[in-house]
Amino acid sequence: MNKNIALIAAVIISLLAASSAPAAIRKPERFITKNGMTVLLLERKALPFITVSVSVRAGSVFDPEGLSGLGNITADLLTEGTKSRSAKEISEEIDFVGGSLGSTGGIDYASASLKVLSRDSDKGFELLSDILINPAFDGKEIERARSQIRAGIISKEDDPSTVAAEAFNKILFGSHPYALPADGSLETIDRINRKSISDFHGKYYHPNNTIMAVVGDISKNELEKLLSRHFGKWKKKDISYPGNPEARRLDEKRIEIIDKDITQANVQLGHLGIRREDPDFYAAYVMNYILGGGGFVSRLMTEIRDNRGLVYSVYSYFNPLKDPGPFKVGLQTKNGSASEAIKESLSQIKAIREKGVSEKELQDAKDYLIGSFPLKFTTNSKIASYLTYMEIYNLGLDYLDRFPKIIEALTVDDVNEVAGKLLDPENYLLVVVGNKEKIGEIDLK
Amino acid sequence: MKNIRPIILTLIISLSLYGQSSASLLGDVKVDYLKNGLKVITIEDHKDPVISFQVWYGVGGINEVTGKTGLAHLTEHMMFKGSKKYAKGEVSRTVARHGGTENAFTSQDYTAYFQNFAKEKLEISLDLESDRMANLVVDPEEFLLERDVVMEERRQRTDDDPTSSVVEAMYAAAFNIHPYRNPVIGWMTDLENLSREDLLGWYKTYYQPNNATIIVAGDITRDELLPSVRKYFGSIPKGSEPPAMNIVEPEQKGERRVWVKREAQLPFVFAGYKVPSIGNSDEYPLEVLANILSKGRSSRLHRALVYDRQIAVYAGGSYDGISSGPGLFYFYAGAKPAVKIEEVEGALYEELEKIKEGGISKEELEKAKNQVEASFIMGQDSIFYQAMMLGRLEAAGVGHEYLEAYLEGIRSVKMADVKRVAEKYFIKDKRTVGILVPERKAERKEKK
Repeated sequence: MNKNIALIAAVIISLLAASSAPAAIRKPERFITKNGMTVLLLERKALPFITVSVSVRAGSVFDPEGLSGLGNITADLLTEGTKSRSAKEISEEIDFVGGSLGSTGGIDYASASLKVLSRDSDKGFELLSDILINPAFDGKEIERARSQIRAGIISKEDDPSTVAAEAFNKILFGSHPYALPADGSLETIDRINRKSISDFHGKYYHPNNTIMAVVGDISKNELEKLLSRHFGKWKKKDISYPGNPEARRLDEKRIEIIDKDITQANVQLGHLGIRREDPDFYAAYVMNYILGGGGFVSRLMTEIRDNRGLVYSVYSYFNPLKDPGPFKVGLQTKNGSASEAIKESLSQIKAIREKGVSEKELQDAKDYLIGSFPLKFTTNSKIASYLTYMEIYNLGLDYLDRFPKIIEALTVDDVNEVAGKLLDPENYLLVVVGNKEKIGEIDLK
Repeated sequence: MKNIRPIILTLIISLSLYGQSSASLLGDVKVDYLKNGLKVITIEDHKDPVISFQVWYGVGGINEVTGKTGLAHLTEHMMFKGSKKYAKGEVSRTVARHGGTENAFTSQDYTAYFQNFAKEKLEISLDLESDRMANLVVDPEEFLLERDVVMEERRQRTDDDPTSSVVEAMYAAAFNIHPYRNPVIGWMTDLENLSREDLLGWYKTYYQPNNATIIVAGDITRDELLPSVRKYFGSIPKGSEPPAMNIVEPEQKGERRVWVKREAQLPFVFAGYKVPSIGNSDEYPLEVLANILSKGRSSRLHRALVYDRQIAVYAGGSYDGISSGPGLFYFYAGAKPAVKIEEVEGALYEELEKIKEGGISKEELEKAKNQVEASFIMGQDSIFYQAMMLGRLEAAGVGHEYLEAYLEGIRSVKMADVKRVAEKYFIKDKRTVGILVPERKAERKEKK
């Protein structure tokens, strides 16, 4: 965090920087190891290095009641010592070969990642398997991690959009764990102990609960050898996931204003969305591209930024997780224009819901989404993330061929139908973080 | 848009990786000039059938005068607001319709525009970039609207972000007369005063083919590229040479300290030492030193401040020599709750003193060289970053030739060199320090 701060001041990117362009997408391979780990591989020989991305279904969504932050600290601690290596030895070994090795918590999944030159693949896999299979969870390391996380929780207060997002989730998701921040709270983080961490790890960190995507200068044969050498002894185990209560849709407007002495109002407005595996996902994705997902060209951007000069940034998205995630419009504007920007956001939601989208808008959206799809397959890390995404949501390898066809087949009626079904300009949650006095009355008519 | 911050971080991190250059990259670089002075660089990389098309103008914050800061960046924004063939917003709509991604960025030394596309979309870039190089249209109302947008950008990025405000204040103190003292986004009161006429004058002075470089990286050859560039850009007349900037920052004679007091949770320190920029032989040991101090969890600063002493949430430093003006080797650290920032700041300097006194180990030197080399290889995965790296080198005035010597320069660094540059540059009198002093809400109200 906070790295290279001065350069942030020096280089200003004015909008979404994505990268790269269409490529013929080559087919990855997929196989399951004997002990049940799902492996995806795309061999890419142009440069002598490999990228490995490991996702374990062990996210904060499985944090037990009152122990929010458990999944996150467990993931943080993976790199902080194993049965045979201290935290210092791990960082020394990976840094010495110019590689990187990390682990981090997440909402549905925890993840670990490795990047090494191909000549160091064996060393890399050795370290990666060690941190996943044999973490020591040493008492001193737990205290160190706890103190880091506490500082992180305190610091979040200085990032108004995080304050807004956490308040938004808390109200929107109610008793569903998506309501809670993955890093926990100052109270819950103190309740976590070595036993709870070790139990969490014992329960979820197993090969049959793990997806590994490998991209780069490595053949299937080489990979299989590394897997059997370093991951062969990892024990398979039956896993039962705790059921989570369903988050309920709002049946009224909810408004939460958080007073903070800053120059902008940070606005988040929305309601429950859908899960990734919902059949409406694709139509919703296209509809949202037109509303507020499409970078410079969305309706929200055109109206609120280009035509009114109210914001630098405005967007909308569905975050389709394993369970239904949020649908949300987000923007920042000077306190005094909060009311106008909110009103305009609502009117855009109403307009797309009531009047729908045009043939031209739909065609433009399709052209972008299909045309730019292969851009997701142009670096090892981007490919590894996308392969993981495909596996998490059971999309199948043929998804690479199916995606353009699915998008192409959507009609204006499909898109308008989901706009009517999924957007709700009446029963929504509005969170604003900013200077309450300067924001004044918010006109929601 | 929600991803603005992470993207910048990623970009910067990859750039600093990239700063380390490539032998194989070099083999594929070709440089040509059009008659109007436009420079064209082709970077052949056939990994994927895609290209990154970039236009780099040799103008940035460094060219701005007192009272008119932010003009380079505002001009960048206006380049999306209309030209002869492309009405407001049409550039972005055209790129999106063709499945491309696009953006632009402004620094102290350059203003750059890019599209990433399937290789067969080359002409889309050529058409829109040639039009806005020659035919920008600045509608008076659009100008005022976009100025408002940039003010919102400033509020979001700097005014409401405690650490960014300290970075801004530190740079303003580190340079007395050199324009690097000003933030690229501009001071708020300057933005309020910028006029359409300022912008038109700027565009006329600096947006000339002879002040621009086209860089195309990806699945393309020079023979494919050059005739098309000629077709679209060849007829743009050569402009007069933009005025040269010869501002020399006087020698710093004593430590400078600034404090920013505002509502914040934890204190933060940001300290910079004056160092030479690119083209000085000390840059290689300085780069090695930066790796030893700050790269990875085994680096000295993280190890000492975050891991062993547990007084900082994060700690690091960076040497960025790729600039046309004076450079800073800067350090930063965020204090843990209940830890005094003086202790954190002191611990940072102790680590520098240790290197000045005891030097570095053989293993550290080898590790740093391995890191530089690995980063360089991994950095080449993205054609966007390849083009961006060359663009930065061009803007810093050294060109791509610089890369030829770079890895060799790094490899030749000796343990004693690293100690020597630490002694030479980590001098208290050449240091500028910015400190974030958190004020609690209640305290602020009492004062009122």
